[in-house]
Amino acid sequence: MSMKLNQKSITMKTLVLTMALALFFSLFSCVDNTKKAEYDSAADIPVSREMVAELTSPPNVPTPVGRRKAKKLIVNMEILEQEGTMTDGTTYNYWTFGGSVPGSFIRTRIGDEVEFTLSNHPDNKLPHNIDLHAVTGPGGGATSSFVAPGHEKKFNFKTLNPGLYVYHCATAPVGMHIANGMYGLILVEPEGGLPKVDKEYYIMQGDFYTKGENGDPGLQAFDMQKAVDEDADYVVFNGSVGALTGDNAITANVGETVRLYVGNGGPNLVSSFHVIGEIFDKVQVEGGDLINENVQTTLVPAGGAAIVEFRVDVPGTFILVDHSIFRAFNKGALGMLKVNGEEDKKIYSGVVQEGIYQPEGGGIQEMPDDGKTKVVASSSKTLAEKMESGKQIYMQTCFACHQAEGQGIPNAFPPLANSDYLNADVNRAIDIILKGKTGEITVNGVTYNSVMTRQAISNDEIADVMTYIYNSWGNNKTNVTKAQVDQVKSGH
Amino acid sequence: MNTVLRLTICTLFFWVTNANCQSKMVSIKGGTYIPLYGRDSSQVTISDFQMDVYPVTNQEYLDFVNKYPKWKRSEVKKLFADGNYLIDWKSDIELSDKQSLNAPITNISWFAANDYCECQGKRLPTIDEWEYVAMANKTMPDARKLKTYNEFILGWYEKPKTFNNAIGSTFKNYWNVYDLHGLVWEWTSDFNSVLISGESRKDVDNDSNLFCGSAAIGATDLMNYAAFMRYAIRGSLKAKYTMKNLGFRCVSDKKILE
Repeated sequence: MSMKLNQKSITMKTLVLTMALALFFSLFSCVDNTKKAEYDSAADIPVSREMVAELTSPPNVPTPVGRRKAKKLIVNMEILEQEGTMTDGTTYNYWTFGGSVPGSFIRTRIGDEVEFTLSNHPDNKLPHNIDLHAVTGPGGGATSSFVAPGHEKKFNFKTLNPGLYVYHCATAPVGMHIANGMYGLILVEPEGGLPKVDKEYYIMQGDFYTKGENGDPGLQAFDMQKAVDEDADYVVFNGSVGALTGDNAITANVGETVRLYVGNGGPNLVSSFHVIGEIFDKVQVEGGDLINENVQTTLVPAGGAAIVEFRVDVPGTFILVDHSIFRAFNKGALGMLKVNGEEDKKIYSGVVQEGIYQPEGGGIQEMPDDGKTKVVASSSKTLAEKMESGKQIYMQTCFACHQAEGQGIPNAFPPLANSDYLNADVNRAIDIILKGKTGEITVNGVTYNSVMTRQAISNDEIADVMTYIYNSWGNNKTNVTKAQVDQVKSGH
Repeated sequence: MNTVLRLTICTLFFWVTNANCQSKMVSIKGGTYIPLYGRDSSQVTISDFQMDVYPVTNQEYLDFVNKYPKWKRSEVKKLFADGNYLIDWKSDIELSDKQSLNAPITNISWFAANDYCECQGKRLPTIDEWEYVAMANKTMPDARKLKTYNEFILGWYEKPKTFNNAIGSTFKNYWNVYDLHGLVWEWTSDFNSVLISGESRKDVDNDSNLFCGSAAIGATDLMNYAAFMRYAIRGSLKAKYTMKNLGFRCVSDKKILE
């Protein structure tokens, strides 16, 4: 009996021990589980408490979510139709989310339940709505947020997929609403937030279509036909030319890691986003999970985004461009990142030595003479000969700035065609070619403030090219002689 | 019953008193046309009717409110007008200093507009009637395919604060009617009969056969855009809504003596 009891107690003990062990392990495994993936689906993530979302206008972004739990996030977005500056002297009637183009940046984390209120200002003329690409649901919220001026609409959504998403207006005509600036970015951070970086900025590209050409002054109306033809007058970062240059440039210090949230509102053009003089250490391709490393230029589709990260190692000004490069230099898609700090000559030396390149030994070198451009003294040429030679020189030397038909480039290089400034004083014009010209001049009523360098061409060539210019495009048909150029050069 | 009584009284009142506050109307000759966007894409026939030459003005509406105190801002039923009803007025019976008497009345609900017209012995136009008259430019009854016509409309969509411009400040159209485009949006009796889901990209699918009557692709695109925006604004409205850019005018089936 006692033996039996004893046996039983041993059995009991073993059982208890086993159970305790099992419990112990199961507890452990439980802890382990919470560390990895708490929920099978983002839809199951519970929210605690309410929080009003911080919204920022570009190029700023709200505070990172860090380790905060999923919350009920209140987003209040106001739609404003308002006039703003496109470029110096040119204004545009922008339609905006939150008073800026792109609209306010919205920062959420996965599992947040967003309560979105869209208010349409009473002074606005049109109904609007919002389609957030971060929303899982019909129209991305567009159906539920269609709101008349002077009214507001509220809808809720839960963020299920981490990433960087575009939002935009989707009211008819959709293209026009987007073309007028109705787009922005919403970020959904993963559990625990994105890795910490030193600087974060918000940049979004958009194309604009105006009645007048690029640079035409005054309030410019939207041009539907150009938009349909995808013939953009402006391609810009953050809604206007110069929104990210000069005093508006974004900044960082040497050694810091910079993260750019780059979006593209379109409506039409795809962006080849590039920072001149930097290589992206990390790109979250299309704003999703895929990470690419060591990227020079990343494609940002219209209605899409990308997150790029890079460490800045040397000081200087780094230019942000759409590497469809005419957009950058002729339509405005250009921004600046100014980096301050100590130089690191090992990484970038700057100019070490300047020298003269003499492939054929010493002495002053002439460009090899191919026999075609045999210089004939200007005085002995006929007008036709001078025109021909002048045209050749023009296409080599002047064309880049003053353009093929002498039309110049608005705001940068004055026209030579029909130019009052040119026709008023031949000697002054010769002098400019000889010595260059810096500072303000007024041509045909428009003020230019630019630089023309001294042109290294012979007096003969100056005579020819001047004759060509004066006998083209409605100018006063002066026949410039070499003697005249010589005279100006010698100071008379 | 009540409405009928009220209407009778209104009408009686109107006939008895002199009609000098009556705004001018012109005859619109009926016809058949294909609306750009509607319940279905078939042809619509419009009978002859009379239409106000101008939208109803602040002055006219002020007179109306004085005559029918139930439409005063402080007395209006919340069911019939939202919180922005006559919001810019200084008081129940005074405009603000910024508003001109000659500008179109705005910030009024459909109920208010509808009652106003009834009290004049008139009614609000239907969408089809309104669109029929509004497709005219200065010289043609149907100018919808003209680039200039559509550009004018699209241009207005972009001009801010036109609601305080005087009536008659835009063009006189083929029917001698002013201001259908370029001043304010206008209520129609059946504004909510065209269902716009708010998801306009989806709506586009439903009416691919709507534009078959058009010849020039380019013109149609612009035409669609101009019309889409009008239908979009109507689709966003409820009858009690009021908006700073939304006014109205009345029509009548019979000639009203002046």
